[in-house]
Amino acid sequence: MAPVVALIEHADGKAFDTSLQTLAVARSFAAGQAVHALVLSSPIRLDLELGRNAVFALANDLGHYGVNVAHIAEHEALDSFAPDAWAAILGQLADQLDATAVFAAGTERGNEVMARVGARANLPLATNCIAVSAGDPITLTRQRWGGSLLEEARLNSTRPLVTVAPHAVPIETTEAETKVETFTPQLKEQELVVRVIEHVAAAGGGVSLAEARVVVSGGRGVGSKEGFAIIEELAGLLGGAVGCSRVVTSAGWRPHTDQVGQTGTKIAPELYIACGISGATQHMAGCKGAKRILAINSDAEAPIMLNSDYAVVGDLKEIVPAISKEIRANRGHAG
Amino acid sequence: MRVLVCVKRVPFTGGKMVLAPDSMALETRHLGFTISPHEECGVEEAVRMIEAKSGESVVLTLGPAEAAEQLRDAMALGVDRAIHLETDGSEWDPEATAAAIIDAIRADEAASGPFDLILFGNESADSGGFQVGLRVAGALGRPCVTGLKKVTIEGASVRCEQESEGGRDVYAVPMPAVLTVKEGLNLPRYPSVPGRMRAARKPVATMTPTQAQARLELASLVVPAGQGRRAEVLGSGPSAAPAVVEMLRKIGVV
Ligand SMILES: Cc1cc2nc3c(=O)[nH]c(=O)nc-3n(C[C@H](O)[C@H](O)[C@H](O)COP(=O)(O)OP(=O)(O)OC[C@H]3O[C@@H](n4cnc5c(N)ncnc54)[C@H](O)[C@@H]3O)c2cc1C
Ligand SMILES: Nc1ncnc2c1ncn2[C@@H]1O[C@H](COP(=O)(O)O)[C@@H](O)[C@H]1O
Repeated sequence: MAPVVALIEHADGKAFDTSLQTLAVARSFAAGQAVHALVLSSPIRLDLELGRNAVFALANDLGHYGVNVAHIAEHEALDSFAPDAWAAILGQLADQLDATAVFAAGTERGNEVMARVGARANLPLATNCIAVSAGDPITLTRQRWGGSLLEEARLNSTRPLVTVAPHAVPIETTEAETKVETFTPQLKEQELVVRVIEHVAAAGGGVSLAEARVVVSGGRGVGSKEGFAIIEELAGLLGGAVGCSRVVTSAGWRPHTDQVGQTGTKIAPELYIACGISGATQHMAGCKGAKRILAINSDAEAPIMLNSDYAVVGDLKEIVPAISKEIRANRGHAG
Repeated sequence: MRVLVCVKRVPFTGGKMVLAPDSMALETRHLGFTISPHEECGVEEAVRMIEAKSGESVVLTLGPAEAAEQLRDAMALGVDRAIHLETDGSEWDPEATAAAIIDAIRADEAASGPFDLILFGNESADSGGFQVGLRVAGALGRPCVTGLKKVTIEGASVRCEQESEGGRDVYAVPMPAVLTVKEGLNLPRYPSVPGRMRAARKPVATMTPTQAQARLELASLVVPAGQGRRAEVLGSGPSAAPAVVEMLRKIGVV
């Protein structure tokens, strides 16, 4: 019986969690058909032997996630990301296996590569799915509005292309024997026109918004660019990062790199402190991964009050400095 | 140079997603409409390119008659003219959307010459298919770079920067090209009153495309569970500070 195939993204010898989550959905769709995986690798990386061994070990390990056959595609052009080349290789493997479905994680790269596979082969693509069932038609549930809304849909396709929403389904482990095979792709010059030619490292310094344990965020209620001094102070005391809402970036009070939300950064800190933020669905789409949310808002009926764990009602301009002062006072006692 | 930017009309929802009785759409009776912030940056970039290089910028939407509002908004910011692919307002899947846009681009290019750049949002605000731009690029046989936060025209090619793990990935592709962009690319201007007045007189070409058979069909919308926990109020005003710090200590962040 024809198999399903899934693209595995990896770095530093480890498969991404999002790819392992994808395998759980692919396996449930496959319902007994074989699960194949595609792992891309370049033989001309600096860490040649280490890199190769690591990729082999990673492919071999996919058995724990239900992969029966892992295909390692090696090509020197894969040295840097080339999305059309990735799509060509994934398409070629799917053709060779006569795959009944193709899966990838709904990451930036996963979505873009699969859209290119769809464009090349004239096949429909359902992005950011959280469940997919085989059948005619295929039925699936996918995220809209950055996850604030779900859509039940029917997909009419002989080879469904599906991406799986990141961090929306659990990783499932199992024991399958994995056969590791090498796959030799054929690439055309035009498939290498779009390719990363340079990586510019971010200017270091400060706690990164995406990784911070605590994020203190300000919205329209902060009132001005200067108003963020008290937000920065509290974030500093908590070893956290500063975030903001879109109203703040549109006003030019903070750079867009600070924006939390559907079209900003998605974060999952231990604690999110939202000051003067109303809690629009597009904002909450960025912080719903937070373990706990504290809302500081002058409006006890603001929508964010229905999406938070703790709240303080009142003027943030008084409350935020009072919290900072209290933290300092406590440290004074302790020290 | 000629630049096209494609935008989609979507409802501006507030703090809650409320469905229409048939669960096939959002209840929009009390909502305003907008386009994705990504697309707003696309519009701004198109306007800036033409301000710098001269030529023509065009905005295109596929949507109901009311989507003319979004076309006027774009023209108020400086876009020269608009193409409206008018629908009855029902949901078109990404393939059908792309097919209609491709036809419109071919027709416009046959009349007015090729677009050096075609700009899309990285993903639409509502359906988030992440694919219309790539499908259009594929059909036209043009290179496409996605998710851009910076675009610089350098002669006959365009340098593109995309946020990636720990920094930015840089691409350079020859024009004509298709680019999908993200919010943060630029800081869009606000429309001026004269801009709005000029927009009212700019040309809009309206067409009614036929819808290709949908292969990804919306069956119903569902508001996800887990919304609507009520916050524990720790107090009001600055006197709540000790209770807040107590909570911070309990959860281990101080
Ligand atoms: C497609 C799309 C994508 C979007 N993406 C994002 C996104 O990524 N991120 C994002 O944030 N938004 C996004 N938005 C915008 C979003 O819908 C809201 O408009 C925005 O989040 C509102 O920002 P805000 O809460 O700061 O402002 P408001 O909604 O105006 O809320 C201000 C809040 O501050 C409170 N307040 C005022 N003064 C004080 C005070 N002195 N003390 C305490 N509280 C006070 C008020 O009670 C109110 O609740 C998007 C919108 C669309 C349509
Ligand atoms: N109905 C539409 N009209 C015009 N452009 C659209 C439409 N739908 C999608 N697009 C464009 O394609 C991008 C990606 O859409 P999607 O593939 O739905 O995520 C959007 O950001 C828009 O630029």
